[in-house]
Amino acid sequence: MNPTAGIARVAARPERVGLGVMFALAIGAVALGAKWVSGPASAVVAVFMLVAVIGLIWVALVGGLETRRTLAPYGLLKPGILWLSLFFLAPLWSMVVMSLSSKESRFDFFPSFSWEWDNYRIALTDFRPQFLRSFGYAGVATLLTILIGFPLAYVIAFRGGKYRNILLGLVVIPFFTSYLIRTLAWGNILADEGPVVSIIDNLGLTGVLESLNIMDNGKLLNTPAAVIGGLTYNFLPFMVLPIYVSLEKIDARLVDAAMDLYSSATAAFRKIVVPLALPGIFAGSLLVFIPAAGDFVNAQFLGNPQTTMIGNSIQDQFLRQLNYPVASAMSFVLMFIITIAVLIYTKFMGTEDLA
Amino acid sequence: MTAFSRRQRFGQRVINGIAGLGLFYIFLPILVIVLFSFNAPKGKFNIKWQGFTLDNWANPFAQEQLTSALWVSLRIALISTFCATILGSLIALALSRYKFKGSGGINLFLVLPLTSPEIVLGSSLATLFINRGVSFGYVTVIIAHIMFQISFVAVTVRARIRGFDWTLEQAAMDLGATPSRAFWKITFPLILPGILAAALLSFALSIDDFIITFFNAGSLVTFPLQIFGASRVAIPPQINVLATMLLIASVSLMVAGTVLGNRRQRKLAGN
Repeated sequence: MNPTAGIARVAARPERVGLGVMFALAIGAVALGAKWVSGPASAVVAVFMLVAVIGLIWVALVGGLETRRTLAPYGLLKPGILWLSLFFLAPLWSMVVMSLSSKESRFDFFPSFSWEWDNYRIALTDFRPQFLRSFGYAGVATLLTILIGFPLAYVIAFRGGKYRNILLGLVVIPFFTSYLIRTLAWGNILADEGPVVSIIDNLGLTGVLESLNIMDNGKLLNTPAAVIGGLTYNFLPFMVLPIYVSLEKIDARLVDAAMDLYSSATAAFRKIVVPLALPGIFAGSLLVFIPAAGDFVNAQFLGNPQTTMIGNSIQDQFLRQLNYPVASAMSFVLMFIITIAVLIYTKFMGTEDLA
Repeated sequence: MTAFSRRQRFGQRVINGIAGLGLFYIFLPILVIVLFSFNAPKGKFNIKWQGFTLDNWANPFAQEQLTSALWVSLRIALISTFCATILGSLIALALSRYKFKGSGGINLFLVLPLTSPEIVLGSSLATLFINRGVSFGYVTVIIAHIMFQISFVAVTVRARIRGFDWTLEQAAMDLGATPSRAFWKITFPLILPGILAAALLSFALSIDDFIITFFNAGSLVTFPLQIFGASRVAIPPQINVLATMLLIASVSLMVAGTVLGNRRQRKLAGN
């Protein structure tokens, strides 16, 4: 067969070449990063990746302007996608392998793969309370961000007028201070001799809050409520912004039309504003729930040993006990549950609102 | 009718009130941070209000470890933001400029790092480095930061240049400009504000990142790591001073960006 004819035929389908080479490079990067191959085989993979790139450049040079235009997006994507393959995908693979590895002894820092399902048993039984707490706390915090964030976004979108952007800026500005310092400041505010506790004491509400399980022995700091409060605070903007974006798109005339047709204000709100804000509420819920479920800073600074979340356990197992396999199994379970939620979300809502 | 609108007005006032409380809630810790930067704590912990002093502001860099950690963070943020802005903007350009096979998959792939818990990103990357025998330090932290910034920049820039009129570039080429000249003279200046905004935000993300950095820093100490380590031993008021400075710096940058953007828009509208 005439080699030029072969090239011409390949070059006639440049989008396949572009996509194919990008795929090949991504898989090659994961293979190298996650140690699917080692020794001489990794050299083979590297050469293969190099050949793919050279082939791509050749097709671009041989083909005309139209071919180059078709190939352009793949060229632009390649560096970023390669980076993500190497440092996002390959690590996830390493994590899965690690979660099924076993340690020879307590001081074996390079566990080897052995289908060690026991790690998952440990993750799901020994750390069940932490998992349940994480999802529980994150769920409550998500609900609270909706309750606080919706009115805020609503007022900014519909009453903000020309001050909209300034108000939006005010919502975001506090979150330009360091995350840890913000959380420590909540520690100051909720401390036993701090202002909130003394106000509650003076109002005689301590008993009420204790019966609601918000306070514990007259303390506010180091309780589940403090941890949930911290999570709510720290991730609030992730709820306000998406809700604002979806409210801002609402045509105010829709509400006027409903009122003209004798709808009550509440009915108009319930049947027009809320449904149209739902995409923002869904996106916001995902954006709040995910970081909240994986967080360990709030539990560390505002909680007690009985309020540890799964993030605390992962961090402790990984960095302090150096028990990478069990830490990886816990990370995988967390990632798995959240990824399913994300995939269900994107199936219905797409990826646009998650920015 | 009047009763109805009175009730309605009452409802509006309630909503405004809730929103006002919300803003107060958002600013409360910030007020505490700024206030306690003027505190003269007696012990090692800057928790209880003891008295007003300007000493902390007179010597903001008195805590050497804290200051050097801040420099480490700034250096990392500069390098990682530079790299991630380029890589991410290229992706955004590809996604918004061209229609191509596989763009849906790429969109999903880009969102995944943003919707993965930081602790998973951090611990899995650390696993890779451990497996590969890479020693932790500057390089690993920068790699980690670029990783989570790329997606962020790509998504932000894509959102900012949505609706950009790509026929402008075509027009330039019809008038005889080469494709690269058309890009650098027409497209690039118009999408630059979006890119800069994304770069600023991702710079802030990098400086403030704690969880991912915690797993990949080894013995390197960034600003958030220093605060975390110090929080168990001592919380000097200088932390509040530096935090307030960072806040002022980022707010001024944001305001400057908005003002410049508005002026630019007015200029474009004027022409």
